[in-house]
Amino acid sequence: MKLLALHQSYANRGRSNSFRGQTPLDSAVDGGNTVKSPSGIFWLILHCLCCLVSLVLGFRFSRLVFYLLFSTTSINNLYTTTTTSFGSATDIAETLSFTTSLRILSPPVVNNTTSAVTSRVVVGRHGIRIRPWPHPDPVEVMKAHKIIEAVQREQKVQYGIKNPRTLIAITPTYVRTFQALHLTGLMHTLMNLPYDVVWIVVEAGGATNETAALLAKSELQVKHIGFEKKMPIFWEGRHKLESQMRLRALRVVREEKLDGIVMFADDSNIHSLELFDEMQKVEWIGAVSVGILAHSSHHDEEPFEVQKTMDEEDDEKSTLPVQGPACNSSERLIGWHTFNSLVYKGKSANYIGDMAIVLPRKLEWSGFVMNSRLVWKEAEFRPDWIKDLDTVVVGDGDDDIESPLSLVKDSSMVEPLGGCGKKVMLWWLRAEARADSKFPSGWIIDPQLEMTVAAKQTPWTDAPPELPSNTQKVISTTQDNTEKRATKTRTPKSRRSSRGKRKHDSKNADAGASARTSGERIN
Amino acid sequence: MSNLMWGLILLVFSAFFLNLDAFELRKGQKTERISGSAGDVLEDDPVGRLKVFVYELPSKYNKKILQKDPRCLNHMFAAEIYMHRFLLSSPVRTLNPEEADWFYTPVYTTCDLTPNGLPLPFKSPRMMRSAIQLISSNWPYWNRTEGADHFFIVPHDFGACFHYQEEKAIERGILPLLQRATLVQTFGQRNHVCLKEGSITVPPYAPPQKMQSHLIPPSIPRSIFVYFRGLFYDVGNDPEGGYYARGARAAVWENFKDNPLFDISTEHPTTYYEDMQRAVFCLCPLGWAPWSPRLVEAVIFGCIPVIIADDIVLPFADAIPWEDIGVYVDEKDVPNLDTILTSIPTEVILRKQRLLANPSMKQAMLFPHPAQPGDAFHQILNGLARKLPHDKSVYLRKGEKVLNWTAGPLADLKPW
Repeated sequence: MKLLALHQSYANRGRSNSFRGQTPLDSAVDGGNTVKSPSGIFWLILHCLCCLVSLVLGFRFSRLVFYLLFSTTSINNLYTTTTTSFGSATDIAETLSFTTSLRILSPPVVNNTTSAVTSRVVVGRHGIRIRPWPHPDPVEVMKAHKIIEAVQREQKVQYGIKNPRTLIAITPTYVRTFQALHLTGLMHTLMNLPYDVVWIVVEAGGATNETAALLAKSELQVKHIGFEKKMPIFWEGRHKLESQMRLRALRVVREEKLDGIVMFADDSNIHSLELFDEMQKVEWIGAVSVGILAHSSHHDEEPFEVQKTMDEEDDEKSTLPVQGPACNSSERLIGWHTFNSLVYKGKSANYIGDMAIVLPRKLEWSGFVMNSRLVWKEAEFRPDWIKDLDTVVVGDGDDDIESPLSLVKDSSMVEPLGGCGKKVMLWWLRAEARADSKFPSGWIIDPQLEMTVAAKQTPWTDAPPELPSNTQKVISTTQDNTEKRATKTRTPKSRRSSRGKRKHDSKNADAGASARTSGERIN
Repeated sequence: MSNLMWGLILLVFSAFFLNLDAFELRKGQKTERISGSAGDVLEDDPVGRLKVFVYELPSKYNKKILQKDPRCLNHMFAAEIYMHRFLLSSPVRTLNPEEADWFYTPVYTTCDLTPNGLPLPFKSPRMMRSAIQLISSNWPYWNRTEGADHFFIVPHDFGACFHYQEEKAIERGILPLLQRATLVQTFGQRNHVCLKEGSITVPPYAPPQKMQSHLIPPSIPRSIFVYFRGLFYDVGNDPEGGYYARGARAAVWENFKDNPLFDISTEHPTTYYEDMQRAVFCLCPLGWAPWSPRLVEAVIFGCIPVIIADDIVLPFADAIPWEDIGVYVDEKDVPNLDTILTSIPTEVILRKQRLLANPSMKQAMLFPHPAQPGDAFHQILNGLARKLPHDKSVYLRKGEKVLNWTAGPLADLKPW
């Protein structure tokens, strides 16, 4: 910490604009004559004297001593500072500093001075004030954050979207290992929105408690609808079923006359919050660009194989494939960027959990946003280039609508959003575990795991030879806990004996483990 | 009967429209009207309220100086040049000095620049003196009032004291010949020698186009709490600190350098203007002089200015209620700056932002070219108009002399 006080520096720096010491303000005010008055000469002599003294002494000798002792002129408030602690002895050896707060000499009689009220602000050197604890105070930081929040809220009110419409998110889902992963992400995205949300979750295989429990964690308005068909294993079938599920949800919108903006939020997609702000601009039906993250291959060989074909193709294929509206230079919709699946012919995944690239359809549902009145039976001002939902879908049957474009007669009326498709605010990704992979029901591990796996007992071949007691990575029961604690305090000699104990335990645990796997949920 | 019907319809319509109006004002008000101690005068039109006569001085006082160094058009003292240009083509200008209320002398005293671009004030007193000698000998209007109906633009650090060092400026005092004239200056500090009573304080020149080109959409949320970029210690002239800014800037640094709410540093980023638009408070501490272009920038970018300069007089103080718009912090209270700023109630902060959003406020701080209604040029003329009519006492009797033409340092008396 700096020791700061009222220093008198000697302007021996030889600069043309160096500063002299403090001069009393009054003498400057009176006329401002340049002829050296006796006081001016006196100060000069004093200055030289102090220079000599400081040369002899080896540290700066303050003229303030003389100033205080000899000053008789009326001086207004002299600003001095209270030095704030942290003085070190070494510093004092260098400088003579004042640690007392001196508040000197308010003028005894003011009314006989020639000048009018002189400023209380004094020219010259001032101390640098530092408070005793110059660090942030957490209470104040919180207050500042509240202020910032209030300012941002006001900004949103004034410059943000006026009259935001309700968002109707339609999500097809089914119970599988990665369902919790995807749904939690989507759920939190929807929870973070400043808009009203109605979330229609259509579940293949009927509405289950698993999904319901997951959805109950959100504070959103959720409509959980069961769809009585099991999700097929093959991706083709899955895409088809998902379309049907979405149509089912649109039917719900139609029957309940939900008002707002309909968007298709697939549970494995990734949405940015800007997307939702952009969606508010839609009038009837709009399209956004979707980034396709199709390269989600797990196998080591795969990337190299794909890489070779990529080099052969055009350069533009090496960039991320994007599906969405295509515009000409005057921002009008002229066509569509679709996904070209020919590149990946024969290399795509067939069934869910296949270790190959999962391909999207030509135009994904999630890239489209609609006004909910499109699907109502009766709606005012609805343009005639929109087909009625009933005429498009023949029952709940095998008909498959590939994309919402089938709902419009004239696809040039679709509004391109997001800077005419230039901005990608949504990514399509289909990462799924193998169809037969297991996961704990509800992702709750109950009863707690008891296994302690010693390295030598496992099939891992490159295990370290010695396992020190404090690097056990196990979830242990209370019994094991006490053992662990005990082993930590013992000497290294006893570690060897504890290992023997652990061997014994693991044998027991193995028997227990096999008994439990049968109770786990099979996907 | 039909009259009654029409009357009824009219009543219904008027009620409808009036209702709509009131409804609009209530929701999400973006700005508020600004009225200072002189009233709601920011949008006044000076045309017709005063007449200004512009003296024709030889070009060595203005054009030639500018030709020698065109950098004068861009630095913060450029107001004197742009005011001259504005007056030449303004409707308030009159070519008949007999009907003029105010007289303007176009002399560019702040255009003698060092290689670094800082103006040297050493020749300015002589230049001014020579200009006044010229106008007093060629026209009778100076001697008529000894300059009481003349105004001069002196935008330098300490105004008409013509020095950059405060101690020396105080010693010199205001040029004796300008004692009766009205001064239009950037410097303003209460009870200071260099601020004459009746002076008009103006903002320093900030390039309007440059600032407009860095505007970002107002919907981008303000996420910085306090923002400042600039020197804390002037290492070249005051290495130990304590002189520069009266130690206030150094105090800001020492107290808040590790505070995450304070985005302060000496670096000069390319996104300086954009950052100001993302900040809630912008510090405007004094430097060697109490005024700074930061105030103008803060107002343009909607960031609440935190003014740390004791007794400062801000631009157009009678037209703009600065206490309602900015936050004043005494220099001795700088260590508690975070407490002060966080304890301001939210409604007060939102009101300040609404006042800052007023376009007439932003316009009043700028010197655009060509001039626009409500800008700083018009505010200066409004200020001059508010001082009219001249008191009878400014007109001196025949032979009466008030000014001392030989007062001042000997070096100033040399001809320029």
